[in-house]
Amino acid sequence: MLDRAGEKSQALQAGGDNLRKVAFRGGGFSPKTSRYAGLLALAVVIVLWQAAGSLSLVNPIFLPSPLAIARAIVQLASSGALWQHLAYSMMRIGTGWLLGTVAGIIVGFAIGLSTLARSVGITFISALFPIPKIALLPLLILWLGIGEEPKIATIALGVFFSTAISVYSGVDAVPRNLIRMAQSFNVPFLTIVRRVVWPGALPSILAGFRITASIALLLVVSAEMIGAEYGIGAFVLQAGNLMQTDQLLAGVVILSLFGLLVGWLISRLEKRLLHWR
Amino acid sequence: MRTDNSRLNRVDLIANHISHRFGTLNVLDAVSFTVRAGEVVAVVGPSGCGKSTLLSILGGLLQPSSGAAELRGAASPQSLNPLTFVFQDFALLPWCTVAENIEFPLCHAMSDSAARRAVVDDVLRRIGLSDFRTAYPKQLSGGMRQRVGIARAIAVRPAILLMDEPLSALDSQTRELLMEDFSRLLAEAAMGAVYVTHNLEEAVRLADRIVVLSRRPGRVREVVSIPLTRAERGEIRGREKLTALQAELWSLIRSEAIDAEREVQDA
Repeated sequence: MLDRAGEKSQALQAGGDNLRKVAFRGGGFSPKTSRYAGLLALAVVIVLWQAAGSLSLVNPIFLPSPLAIARAIVQLASSGALWQHLAYSMMRIGTGWLLGTVAGIIVGFAIGLSTLARSVGITFISALFPIPKIALLPLLILWLGIGEEPKIATIALGVFFSTAISVYSGVDAVPRNLIRMAQSFNVPFLTIVRRVVWPGALPSILAGFRITASIALLLVVSAEMIGAEYGIGAFVLQAGNLMQTDQLLAGVVILSLFGLLVGWLISRLEKRLLHWR
Repeated sequence: MRTDNSRLNRVDLIANHISHRFGTLNVLDAVSFTVRAGEVVAVVGPSGCGKSTLLSILGGLLQPSSGAAELRGAASPQSLNPLTFVFQDFALLPWCTVAENIEFPLCHAMSDSAARRAVVDDVLRRIGLSDFRTAYPKQLSGGMRQRVGIARAIAVRPAILLMDEPLSALDSQTRELLMEDFSRLLAEAAMGAVYVTHNLEEAVRLADRIVVLSRRPGRVREVVSIPLTRAERGEIRGREKLTALQAELWSLIRSEAIDAEREVQDA
């Protein structure tokens, strides 16, 4: 039979004369984020900045107030100039990013799956990846002329290397046991790639998108500053040359909003595609 | 279905002088034995003796350095994958639901999706997973995950199941429950099986014969028959006999297990 000893009476007996509580010592080391605190801090900074401007504590030529920047944005939007610049920048980013991403995914998969592609590909990627791609723009202009092509190619190159690296490390990180499992059921190679390797590499590929989106933004602005009539980069540079700092910062704010938007889109994509995690 | 399978699955799996080396490390040394059609053979041995390596070779996932895994006879024409693994770590696709995981190996073999669905429904019912068909692996307990692994294996109607420590990632209570499932499945589906384990209790309860490997490099030290039917093993007399057999096996392995453990600690 099971002997059910009365635990309560035992505990009380053991207590006796010198009963103390065990001191708690397991706190801390688990920081949490509070959305509201972050937004509040941001609001405080903006209010202080505005106050400094309104009280003429800073020269508006060097640092225009948030309200002045907002006015500049509204004026840019209503005159249509904003949309024109944005349209050029979007076209360059979109085309360049897409080209670089598609090529990067193909090359990344080849490196992740084939010994030959790996030995050749990794050598080239390690040699070319560290080059700041904007340094190639003059060369690309010589090759491709002074139109849109060299700007798009610069962005595509910058995106390509980073994508290829994140794709092949994603493919490398797919658990081998899942691949062996599929092989043990005689699943064909292409099905393994489509249903095991691709979804397994997807977290790393999507994380790569975050990085390549910021690379594309950086490169489009740089390329537009080097030589373009339209585009947010060209606009910011022009505004700087004319000492229109409110316009300049309006351009910067729009770039930052664009960056936030892209980040949010990628988060949505991750939620949708990686819900199984 | 049951009688069909047992009549038609006439496949023997033969380990023919299998040796394997990883670099300079000799893991298996001329291992030979035969798994006859419908027979459950357990492979036991101290840790690091090459049990799992042997199973990978038997299932065609690893090329042996010398020797070969061979099949004799023909599997049932209904069998979609005569040699089918059940893995220690379950090897479920985390991005697929339970039903999709079971369907995964069927997709290239059966083009009719309604027929596939029928097979999936059937095995889900047999393993008691019908309520979990849309769950993802991360939502399941270890025991349920391994049940999915077993359902996936059964769905392709194997002639021989290759089980690599299928219970060792589970807690002891879950292990007990799954062992009962295995006994039942192996009895009703009339499949053969190679059951790799370091757990002697699992070996004596499930196997018809037990291949005892020596420590590395693994050699066949002994092949022990379990002289009890599945029905007898459930009875009290049978259980006593199994316990005695288990103790006997342990005495065979004990000194080698001690040496093997020392070796691991030295390394």
